[in-house]
Amino acid sequence: MAEEKEEQKQELEDVKQAIEGKEGKTERIEEEQYVYKQVRSIAFSVLSPKMIRKMASAKIVTPELYDKEGYPVDGGLMDIRLGVIDPGLRCKTCGSKLKECIGHFGYIELARPIIHVKFVNIILTLVKCTCRECGRILIPDNKLPKIKELLDTVEKESGVEERRQKVKEVIAGLKTVSKCPNCKAKQKKISMEKPTTFLEDEKRLSPIEIRARLEKIPDADCEIFGLKVPHVRPEWMVLTILPIPPVTMRPSITLESGERSEDDLTHKMGDIVRINQRLFENINAGAPEIIVEDLWDLLQYHVTTFFDNNIAQLPPARHRSGQPLKTLTERIKSKEGRIRHNLAGKRTNFSARTVISPDPMLELFEVGVPFAIANKLTVPERVNEWNIQYLKKFVENGPEKYPGANYIIRPDGKKKKITEETKEASLEELQPGYIVERHLMDGDVAVFNRQPSLHRMSMMCHRVKVLPGKTLRLNPAVCTPYNADFDGDEMNLHIPQTEEARAESEILMEVQTQLISLRYGLSIIGCTQDAISGNYSLTKDNSIKREDAIDLLSAVGITDFSGLPRKSVVTGKEIFSMLLPDDFNYSGHSRLCDRSKDRCDKETHVVIENGRLVSGVMDRNSLGEESGLMLRNIHQKYGKDHSIDMLGKIFRLGIEYLFRAGFTSALSDTDLPEQARLKIKEDLDNAKNNVDKLIAQFREGSLEAFPGKTLQETLELRILEVLNKARNETGKVVANYADKRTHTMVMAESGARGNLLNLAQMAACVGQQAMRGKRIEKGFERRTLSHFRKADLSPEARGFITNGFKNGLTPAEFFFGSMTGRDSLMDTALRTPKSGYLYRRLANAMQDLKVEYDNTVRDASKKIIQFDYGEDGIDVSKSENGFINVSRVIETV
Amino acid sequence: MKKQKFKVDKHILTPKHIKLGEREKAQLLEKYHVTSKELPKILKTDASIKDMDVKIGDIIKIMRKSETAGESAFYRAVSDV
Repeated sequence: MAEEKEEQKQELEDVKQAIEGKEGKTERIEEEQYVYKQVRSIAFSVLSPKMIRKMASAKIVTPELYDKEGYPVDGGLMDIRLGVIDPGLRCKTCGSKLKECIGHFGYIELARPIIHVKFVNIILTLVKCTCRECGRILIPDNKLPKIKELLDTVEKESGVEERRQKVKEVIAGLKTVSKCPNCKAKQKKISMEKPTTFLEDEKRLSPIEIRARLEKIPDADCEIFGLKVPHVRPEWMVLTILPIPPVTMRPSITLESGERSEDDLTHKMGDIVRINQRLFENINAGAPEIIVEDLWDLLQYHVTTFFDNNIAQLPPARHRSGQPLKTLTERIKSKEGRIRHNLAGKRTNFSARTVISPDPMLELFEVGVPFAIANKLTVPERVNEWNIQYLKKFVENGPEKYPGANYIIRPDGKKKKITEETKEASLEELQPGYIVERHLMDGDVAVFNRQPSLHRMSMMCHRVKVLPGKTLRLNPAVCTPYNADFDGDEMNLHIPQTEEARAESEILMEVQTQLISLRYGLSIIGCTQDAISGNYSLTKDNSIKREDAIDLLSAVGITDFSGLPRKSVVTGKEIFSMLLPDDFNYSGHSRLCDRSKDRCDKETHVVIENGRLVSGVMDRNSLGEESGLMLRNIHQKYGKDHSIDMLGKIFRLGIEYLFRAGFTSALSDTDLPEQARLKIKEDLDNAKNNVDKLIAQFREGSLEAFPGKTLQETLELRILEVLNKARNETGKVVANYADKRTHTMVMAESGARGNLLNLAQMAACVGQQAMRGKRIEKGFERRTLSHFRKADLSPEARGFITNGFKNGLTPAEFFFGSMTGRDSLMDTALRTPKSGYLYRRLANAMQDLKVEYDNTVRDASKKIIQFDYGEDGIDVSKSENGFINVSRVIETV
Repeated sequence: MKKQKFKVDKHILTPKHIKLGEREKAQLLEKYHVTSKELPKILKTDASIKDMDVKIGDIIKIMRKSETAGESAFYRAVSDV
């Protein structure tokens, strides 16, 4: 530290001279006169008493802060030689004003030496490892060179702390501990009582004695402990003089009542100075030793807590209110400390953060901003003669009324706040060249973000839509790229402030430009949930009255109905076709298509000819996110703006249709006809009988083991197979008998939410509960619950749930269900952070790999990583799910 | 009978390693505008080229099966570290 300080001082001098020499010249030249220096190295060391005196500009002798007039006392803790914190005053040391003067150190002469808490461990090592008489290290000279070598390697590998530890170990191993190898003096046992008391054979060593011993250690021996002598002398770790930090790092605040409130550090140092003065007086007056020692201990306490107020063995020093003082260590340490809070923690202006909620009526590229936020976030607009009238309206409205303004900025850069009082003056003053910071309005550019920002779609550019309410609103279709849901998620909003920033975000980050994923080349944004159910219901043989159809389409945002067939009743497919471009052709499969057949049914084969949906239904395969080529083809043919607009309309069509038709998932959706229930019961009974047979075979020994498996393992596998088959059987029964028109089935078939298995679990049978791929077997001795017989291998004793959720589970079944439920809950809770960290490591390792113009992937130093990107050179974001459909390309060209 | 030693380079899971000739090598370096130092490395003692006659600076062409491209070529320069 010392060296660094010197250099800094020198640098400061240089700069000052440079400025003074050029006074009166233009600003530009002054700027060029700054002297820059390159830091070659930084040395950390301990301040010597000499150094403390040298860097101090005042000696502090009195605990008083201010005199009767409220002026800082000379030699007090707020001495004006220590820097200025009041406007208008000049520093007595350097002559500069507030903010220019960086402050100056002072010092106090301590009446008795004080141990520095932060060095007690080193002091203890030093005192233990050196002779109490001659101060030499307790290692014989002939062994020194070899040990030094060993210590150097230890230091290289694990640091100085380890080195000191090693010195202790070496000396303990030498067995000469009780006698100094140099002067043959007898050594006593030294111990420490935390935090700052040293004992020699149970007798207390005063800091004076400690310091005397440290002084005796020769320079060469200090180096063995890793203390380089010109920088550190061991005795400096016992303070005889204490530096007083400049007032600029502990400014006092003037309260509204005019009273001054001092910083915690000033309070603490006041205590130190007061006790120190008393100690001086008592020593000079020849007070009894007990009184002096008491005061000495008290001074030690104050100095210790000045450095660190969180020492385990000491009660922390407190304010009168009882709240602990924040002293030096607390200022630096922990999350709220200088390093993590102020240096590593970055904050952004012109940004907002709140809870998000969905609004399907917003466009995909919009973001709903509450009024309360729109009033605070501003956009700077430069005044010119064409927009002055327009901007004056904002200033007139002021900061309270909505489309208003918060600040005006003069051409010289002065920022003025607009208030009710200054409004008139600001209005008067406004002229071309000024900048008005107006409130956020509809159509403004904003960058929207949700953490963790893992890919580029985590930060996209939206258009502002100012709305009532208190949450940020977004279209539910853009949840996927952000990976957001509405269970309390919060998101951030940033407002770009310059023309360049706005242009950049619009061109590179707009939602439209992020439609196609560069990971798999399909649309990431698509219909979700009820939008899929709605479009599925609409396009699946459905017809509505023409008037209702027009009502539906207007709600979606269609104004031209000439494309709608002139019939009194139109089909859902015809309504959906209204959203498609007239020359769009597409052919694909829906979810229910059985691809094993050569040609699929009319209803499952999606055909669009000249913008008309001829056959097939719209489901997740065509409309959903991350699937289906329909959205991808539309994007390729018609571009981003058209596809985003269409996507929004399709989404709204689905929702609007459901608004009109109604959509409810009911308990009766899981009802099954008598016949089906009997079938299910029969299937399950059969399975149970089969399992019983298998167990019987196993007991008899007639069961044949699978190759490489034991008999038990074979039995388990066979049982699992039988039970799984039974559950699938029930699933099939449910699929065959369940009413296709129920809304639960619509959701499952369209792929909006849930699947047939979920339905079967509700209606028929939950099935086998498995932990670690096996039936449940643990719990009690050879059984899962105490009311089963031991070694019972029957399905119900090993976690097979025969009932469906609607029928209700038996207590034992419910218990098995919660076992697997808890297991999977814990599993996800533990796996999420692990996989997140894995992804982070991968992303960091590959962050500067780049595809060059010759299609090679290279790192930052242009070394080749891959000879052809992805080994096939295909840009996935320009392909169809990683492939190029050559036949279709030929067809269309 | 002599004891047959297992050879990694003959195993089906080991992709084919081929040493490039001087002309091919020059062409390759020209194509990618690199020196052999900027290519990925392969140790001279690597099991799959141990039996080949290679010296440091030679380039080995590796024909790999690829999920995306069927078969793809990769090049490594022989190095000693």
